[in-house]
Amino acid sequence: MNYRAEVRVKLKPGIADPQGQTIERALPAVGFSDARNVRVGKLIELEVDASSSLEARRRIEEMCERLLANPVIESYSVAIDESVGA
Amino acid sequence: MNARVGIITFPGTNCEQDCERAFAALGGAPVRVWHGDTTLPDVDVVVLPGGFAHGDYLRTGALARFSPIMDAVRAHADAGGTVIGICNGFQVLCEAGMLPGALRKNAGLKFRCKWVELKVENASTRFTSRAGAGQILRIPINHFEGNYYCDEDTLETMRADGRVILRYVQNPNGSLDDIAGICNSSGTVFGLMPHPERACEALLGSIDGAVIFESILDNARVSA
Repeated sequence: MNYRAEVRVKLKPGIADPQGQTIERALPAVGFSDARNVRVGKLIELEVDASSSLEARRRIEEMCERLLANPVIESYSVAIDESVGA
Repeated sequence: MNARVGIITFPGTNCEQDCERAFAALGGAPVRVWHGDTTLPDVDVVVLPGGFAHGDYLRTGALARFSPIMDAVRAHADAGGTVIGICNGFQVLCEAGMLPGALRKNAGLKFRCKWVELKVENASTRFTSRAGAGQILRIPINHFEGNYYCDEDTLETMRADGRVILRYVQNPNGSLDDIAGICNSSGTVFGLMPHPERACEALLGSIDGAVIFESILDNARVSA
């Protein structure tokens, strides 16, 4: 079955995020002075063939460990679109 | 016999000619190596030069670490051979797990292209044996992602073992503990953000980079 998934890659808590800080400083300039703790990550969409959503998740987690995330500074989460696997 | 220096070129590498010229001028025998090769020619030293290997897609160095040549580079270091990663090469070595830690975007999101002063914190490595302890080297940096990070235990271990080889006199990028260059636990692999190859001829404004490259050549000849 073909499963669609989204992988979110975020900097771990405590790792400084200069992109988030810069955006946070820019928001007041366009009228939003109420945003705090802005953090920037990556969203990766992909599809895999797998016999079950559990197997799809396992494959994608392996991809994260090997390539999609750097475990030294990043964490990841995997969301599988269950409605598509049919 | 001249030390043989293998200079790895990935798609997107752009400092390979500078490294080749600098090592040749200092008495080394450089040879280019394509990233898609699976074996190294007979070399004493491997250089991972600066640039944007594989476009720096996903993360700097993330794709380059899987280039076919990297298994041979790892084997070279494991066998006691010298490996130096400069700028993007340092990022590749961290992603490959051959050096600890990671290089984040610079603090303040600033691309830094300038001359910096570096303090030699350990002059008894194969990369710094021509330097005096505490000597200040003037070498340029040119990067967006040079903000070194590792966990506290790793930092403590590296400090205790003298593996923080170069520190910035004035931190240009937010790097942890002012780190500009580190080596692995066996002292065979060195990564640094500054570009020694751009400071090996007086015409370029400094010859301090030659201190590092000549140290490497001296010690490569001894071990060869």
